[in-house]
Formats: sequence, C-alpha cells, structure tokens
Amino acid sequence: MAGPKLRIREVSVTFRTRRGGQVTAIDRLSLDVADREIVSIVGPSGCGKSTLLRLVAGLVRPSSGEIWLDGHTVTDPGADRGMVFQSYTLFPWLTVQGNVEFGPRLRGVPEAERREVARRFIQIVGLTGFEHSYPKELSGGMMQRVAIARALANDPEVLLMDEPFGALDAQTRAFMQELLLDIWQKTPKTILFITHDIDEALFLGDRVYVMTARPGRLREEVSLPLPRPRTLEITTSDAFVATKRRVLAMIREETAKTLQLEEAGAREQVV
Amino acid sequence: MSLAQSGVETRRRSAPRALSAYLRPQEPIPRRVYLGVVIGSAVALVALWCAVTYSKLVEPLFLPSPTAIGAAAVDLLRDGTLWQDIQASVSVIVTGWALAVIVGVPIGLFMGSFKIMEALAEPVVDFVRYLPVSAMIPLLILYVGIGTPEKIAVIFIGTFFQLVLLVADVAAHVPHEQLDVSYTLGASRAQVVRRVLLPATMPGVMDTLRITMGWAWTYLIVAEIVSADRGLGYLILNSMRGLFTDRIFVGLAVIGGLGLLFDLTFKWLHRRLLPWSPKA
Repeated sequence: MAGPKLRIREVSVTFRTRRGGQVTAIDRLSLDVADREIVSIVGPSGCGKSTLLRLVAGLVRPSSGEIWLDGHTVTDPGADRGMVFQSYTLFPWLTVQGNVEFGPRLRGVPEAERREVARRFIQIVGLTGFEHSYPKELSGGMMQRVAIARALANDPEVLLMDEPFGALDAQTRAFMQELLLDIWQKTPKTILFITHDIDEALFLGDRVYVMTARPGRLREEVSLPLPRPRTLEITTSDAFVATKRRVLAMIREETAKTLQLEEAGAREQVV
Repeated sequence: MSLAQSGVETRRRSAPRALSAYLRPQEPIPRRVYLGVVIGSAVALVALWCAVTYSKLVEPLFLPSPTAIGAAAVDLLRDGTLWQDIQASVSVIVTGWALAVIVGVPIGLFMGSFKIMEALAEPVVDFVRYLPVSAMIPLLILYVGIGTPEKIAVIFIGTFFQLVLLVADVAAHVPHEQLDVSYTLGASRAQVVRRVLLPATMPGVMDTLRITMGWAWTYLIVAEIVSADRGLGYLILNSMRGLFTDRIFVGLAVIGGLGLLFDLTFKWLHRRLLPWSPKA
C-alpha cells in the first residue's frame, strides 16, 4: 500500500494535424493520485484536460511517458477505470437497470447477482422506482445519475469524470455535486474529476490543480483543506472565496494564452 | 397601425390581423386552425374536381368524374384484375426491396463503421447512384431477360445504392462517446460492435427501410414498362393505350393508397419493435 493508486509520469500527447503540423495537447505531465482520493483538475477550454482523462482511460495512447494503475502499466481501456462523460452516453435501448447491469453482464455475472448490484447502485443514486424506465423518459440530471451508477456497478479502481455535470442547469449541477460526495462517503473511490467550473473543482477535490493552456501541464496546486462531509454552504466561506479569486486570475491568464494561440493559428491559415 | 394603437384591436380581433399573425415565419398556429385549413383544402379540391367534371367543363378523356372512377374501380375489382395487379406489383416491390435490404444493410453498416470498408465501397457506390434506373434497363434485359426477375432487378437497383449510403450514414453517426464508454465498461471490440453499435443503429435503419420502401413504389412504372402482363404499372400503361383514363386514375389511387399503407405500417412497427427509440 506504499505507492499511489494512480501514477502518471512525464506523459506527453502529440497529435499530427491534417496540414502536416504537430500539436502538443499534453506536455510532460506528472500526477499521483492516492487511494480513495478525489483530485480535481480545472482549466480553460481546449487545454487538454479531456485528453488527460482519455489517456488514463486508455482511449488515447501517450506519445511518451507512462501511466500505472496499482503498479500495472495502462495500455488499453479496461473495466478497472470507469468513465462518466459530459454528453449523455446511456444506451437508449436499455432500461435504467439494463444500463447499470451492462458492465457486470459483459463479465458474465449471473443474473440474480447482476440484478442485486443494479438495485444497490440505482438506490445509491436515488433512482429507485425508475429501474424499468428508458433513458428518453429521464431528465438530464437523472441520466447522469444513471451514468454514474453504471460506472460504479463495475466496481472500478478509478472513476474518471469528464465534466459530468457540464450540460446540466445550475440547480441540478449543485444537487449532483452534493450527491457525488454523498455517494463517495458511502462507497469511497479514487476519483479524477475534470471541470472548467472553479467552484465545482474546489468543492469536490481533496487536491485541486489548475491546468495551463496548450500544451497542457499542471500549473499549480490550489487545494483547500476542507473538512468532510462537505455541503455547498462552505462555498461561501472566506477561505473558499479567496482561493476561488486566485484560481480565477490563473484561469483568466491561461484563457488569454489560449486565445492568442488560436488567433495565431487562424492568422496562419489566412496567410 | 394607428388602428391597433388606438386600442380598437381589443374590441374586435379582426380577420386581417389574425391572418398577419399566421404569416409569421415558423410560428406555430392553433391546432384548430390547422385542421380546419387541412379539411377545407381537401374539400375545396374535391369540390373543384366535381365542378369541372360534372359540368362537362373538362373532357372525361382528360379528367373523369369521381363516380366514373368509382365505377371503373368496381369493374376492375369484379373481374379480379385489380386484385391480380396489386398482388403482382406488391410481390415485385417487396421482393426487390427485401433483396436490397438483405444485401445493403450489412454493407451499409460496415461502410459506416469501418473507414477501410468505406474506402473500399465508395468508388462503386458513388458512381452508380447517379445512374438513372431506366438507363440500366437494357443491361438488365441482357442479364436476366424480360420476365419477373428484370422487374425485381429494377426495384433492387433503384433502392440498393441509396439504402447503402443512408445506412452507412446512420452507422457513422452513432455517438463516439457511446463506443468509448463501452470500452471503459470492459467491452471488447466484438462486444462493442454487437452490443452497442448494432442496437444503436436500429432506429436509423428502421427509418431507412421505411424511406426506401417509399422509393421502391416510385420505381414501379419503370419496372413494369418492359413486357409486363399484370401489375399496377401495367394497368396504367395499358389503360393509356385504350384511353381508359378512369382506369389510370384507379391505378394511381391504388398506388398512392398502398404506399401510404406501407408507410403507416413501418411507423407502427417502429413504435412496436423499438419502444425506446426517441423517434417512436
């Protein structure tokens, strides 16, 4: 139990563009995440935060560097790293129960056991009674709750969350943030959480990092040692607001850099 | 403008004002008004038809009266030829279309899902789909003769290439995140294809089946233009030779009616088979 749960070492990702150029999305990024820790990463749009998550998921291969989970190198996607996306990724042809059972079913878990697992996680996300509903009958917040239950039902080692509440309205988002912490209290998981919402990052994370503009690096740690369990009231405390102000300034700087980069790119295409 | 400002508008919701409200682009109109206009339009059309035919304003040779067409339909039903024609046409259309579906849907799914398949099939499909079906008839006669197979082949060619492209488009538009999330849930590549990609294409494929069936009906005349001895297309062509205009209209009405019936059946099947589909 000595090493970190998740270990990202000097990882870079370079894409080749259509015009023959190269874009470095992530540049020699290193990060350790301890067991049952929530690490949130906040950054300007287009900084490569999603790419970082897809790297850990195994959906993207690093150009250099390595990622270890429990001491094993990550190369391909696997059930030990569950992921929740911003877009609605529920399978519309499966009921809520069918969606939550999807992972266990792939592994050949017997039906009775599967049903029990599904029942448990549907209850944890507060959707008991909706087992037989289809996704088209659910609201956006409910769909994301099912997506979380589906990821957890696989009992992954790490939960990767890519702006999972980004498409929800402000009230639903606040509710989901508290719900996520509540779920985490009941079934602690290692969580890597990506967002562009500063409040969300600070509120959820044990540790919080700000990411730079492209090429993406971790710019600075801005963690807040808030006690748990947390409720949204703490987002109005002086310490919280002061940290938020600092992060806001950093994000503004990074966004300006991103915009400059994009303008330069656009100008190049015009010339 | 001055009328509206002076407050007269509240006293009488005048017709010109209402009309201008209905002419705002994309603005919804009351359901009652909509249905009223639909019915009114249909009634007016039939009334106009009756007026010009019963008054002998238009020659029966060009436009027969409703009763004349009804009588012709009764005649054709009585001697059994209409029923024969319907059977012949439906079997040609369904066979040609079904063959196109059996061959085309898998090819389309492969093309849309795997870039390598797209590259492989693209040259042929993109070229042939611009060829008019009627231009293929001489070749078809050479290949399969002038019997029923030639008619089935016309329907097949008319629907196959469009169907492949539509299905490929459906498969290519399955949300990528849905595949990604399946991998992170532990699915192998084969499992992603079988358990995610295929079911995800179902509503789109179902829609494509309905649309291509509609097109199959539009190729009926082309299919039955060569040496047919029965069928609704034959009924129309043959009636023209004898100047039986009323029979032509019977044929047209039956084709339109059957096309509608097939369309409604597909919509019903969609709701029954895919109750989860957002389109159901």
